[in-house]
Amino acid sequence: MKRRQIGLAVLSAATAMALGACSAGSLGSSDDSSSGGGGKVTLSFLTDNQPETVKIAEGLAKDFNAKNPDITITVETRPQGTEGDNVVKTRLSTGDMTDVFMYNSGSLMQALAPQKNLTPVDEFAGQLDDNFKKSVGSDGKIYGVPFGNYMAGAILYNKDVYDKNGLKVPTSWAEFEANNAKLKAAGVDPVIQTYGETWTSQLFILGDYFNVEATTPGWADQYTKNQAKYATTPAARAGFDHLQEVHDKGYVNKDFASAKLTDGLNKLAKGEGAQYPILSAMLSQLIADNPGTENKIGLFAIPGADAAKNGLTVWAPNGLYIPTSTTGAKLDAAKKFLGFVASPEGCESLGKASQPTGPYAVTGCKLPDSVPQAVKDMQTYIDKPGASGLALEFLSPVKGPALEQICVEVGSGIRKADAAAKLYDEDVKKQAQQLGLEGW
Amino acid sequence: MSATGPAPAGRKRSPYPIWFYLPAAIVYAVLFLVPTVTSFYFSLTRWSIFDSQFIGFDNYVTFFQEPALVSGLWHTVVYAVVTSGLKVVLGLGLAVLLTSQIIGRGYLRSVVFFPVLVSTIGVGLTFTILMDPEDGLINESLALLGIQGPGWLTDPSYALLSVALVDVWKGVGLATLIYIAGIVSIPQEYFEAARVDGASAWQNFRSIVLPLARPATFTVILLSLIGGLRSFDLIWAMTRGGPGFTSDVIASVIYKQYQAGFYGLSTAGNVVLFLLVTAIIFPLSRFLNSREVDL
Repeated sequence: MKRRQIGLAVLSAATAMALGACSAGSLGSSDDSSSGGGGKVTLSFLTDNQPETVKIAEGLAKDFNAKNPDITITVETRPQGTEGDNVVKTRLSTGDMTDVFMYNSGSLMQALAPQKNLTPVDEFAGQLDDNFKKSVGSDGKIYGVPFGNYMAGAILYNKDVYDKNGLKVPTSWAEFEANNAKLKAAGVDPVIQTYGETWTSQLFILGDYFNVEATTPGWADQYTKNQAKYATTPAARAGFDHLQEVHDKGYVNKDFASAKLTDGLNKLAKGEGAQYPILSAMLSQLIADNPGTENKIGLFAIPGADAAKNGLTVWAPNGLYIPTSTTGAKLDAAKKFLGFVASPEGCESLGKASQPTGPYAVTGCKLPDSVPQAVKDMQTYIDKPGASGLALEFLSPVKGPALEQICVEVGSGIRKADAAAKLYDEDVKKQAQQLGLEGW
Repeated sequence: MSATGPAPAGRKRSPYPIWFYLPAAIVYAVLFLVPTVTSFYFSLTRWSIFDSQFIGFDNYVTFFQEPALVSGLWHTVVYAVVTSGLKVVLGLGLAVLLTSQIIGRGYLRSVVFFPVLVSTIGVGLTFTILMDPEDGLINESLALLGIQGPGWLTDPSYALLSVALVDVWKGVGLATLIYIAGIVSIPQEYFEAARVDGASAWQNFRSIVLPLARPATFTVILLSLIGGLRSFDLIWAMTRGGPGFTSDVIASVIYKQYQAGFYGLSTAGNVVLFLLVTAIIFPLSRFLNSREVDL
């Protein structure tokens, strides 16, 4: 009896000591960063792990630190694609986000519930381009500054291969198909597809949006209100049809199912494939991996039914955001950093870290004269009135999460285009309901 | 301090005060009971990052209308049955081999068990590289023999089965271990009696090993079926449910809803998965256990 009591006393004393030690320890280790003397601040900065993005992020961090020696920025990385979305959402919802983070603008940014989770940065509105403000705005406030350049969802093509086969840049789908037939006969893979990275499968649909808007103006609004559907609008469904067509006619590379983005870019640079529907921002990686290809790769808009109405679908740059969990001295420092990024100095730092692949969204920033050919091609569309427009994800918050998988199915011949369009209409319903949109 | 006033009722029955249960009870309640109950509630809501809105059974309706779900259910069953069946057959075969008098028995036993210890994600990534259709080791070896290997993970008709085979490779060691234990525990008298009667090796296996290792068989079936029904990590590491949706199982469908930010929907999916696993395993376990008593 007595022995048990002694044992228990010892046990409870030990527990109390252990608990005490634990709390003292954790208190001791958490008060160094913000309250340290001298006003030195360290900001953490989350970005995706694409090599060029990391280079830009680290370049910005270094150049900003050179100007503001008291503020150090450490870059962290996360995966790309849906896995990365998950990381960002989870960290935001648990209040565990880095002090500054990079994320998509447009519909994906709207899904972060910016009013609740992000700090508005209206003070930089004067420095930003209107299209970009639209894509990081919510309820009349803006929440981010651009990280990177405008990009296009378009077809990159190998100019040498085009010249060798005597081809002209197509402006309608029929011309594109005629080119493909000639390329196939010449033994070159006409269209490169890389489903090893599923997001690359969506370009024929997402990059076709200018053509949809050109034939049915105001489609995005009707789509948001649940009045227009992919399956029932022929112009919108065309993207799925095109994807099926290039597969059915055997125009894609043999290893399309397992090839990755890098493989696709290298194939295009080496001329093993002639055309690659992809985001123009991938150009910087292509050039970095294949030096000397700056002027060998051109760009054209994804062709639609009508050559007269063909134009370029443009993506706003990703944004840099400050989560509401950043406060005090860190918030001031974070705003200073965003101000730097949204200034001509920021653009300069960006251009130094990575070849600019599209126009800047910051006022007063100019592209250097020595940009690659594809960027010049892109600029031609943008300078011509009415030849470029924003992608659907910047005009409507409705974007289904399964589009990548559905596109892979269509592009691999598993599902037909009409069934895929219907399936995607079902998929976006969930997103619309989650966002609480009216009419769904 | 807690020793001074134990409840009188508890003292009569057990020499320890009932409060000894408290730490375990708190851990169990906080980590298991509370999340389970709240997940039932949240499956009835549409919640975004911070707020939730009660919507009744809408999530369940949406979830059952999810086109990927029907194929996902079927894939789950196929996956569970294939992996479970192969683990029983191969596990028993290997166990018989490894309990016989062969050279290097201890070494071979550890070789068979080794894959169980390796991280699932590591195994998945390794096999993804080995199974690459163009320059993976498997297809390059087949090419030397003049065989054009299929796209193991990229061909819609093979993807799920390829992952199932890797699962079997990784999990058969555990099945073998259970079988070895089951076979070793069979009393030697039976084998001696059989030898006196002049029984062949096949008769030994058919009439002694197979029936008397039945408890081991039930354990293997139950464990591998549960494992197969809720399998996720290997499939996600190897195909992410692709190409398209052709290797999606329930768990990966749920995970994708979660990734897309449909937290309420994915919670509803988890409740469905919980009920499904219970509905299959509970009666199966009762059935198998009752057979065990009859033995």
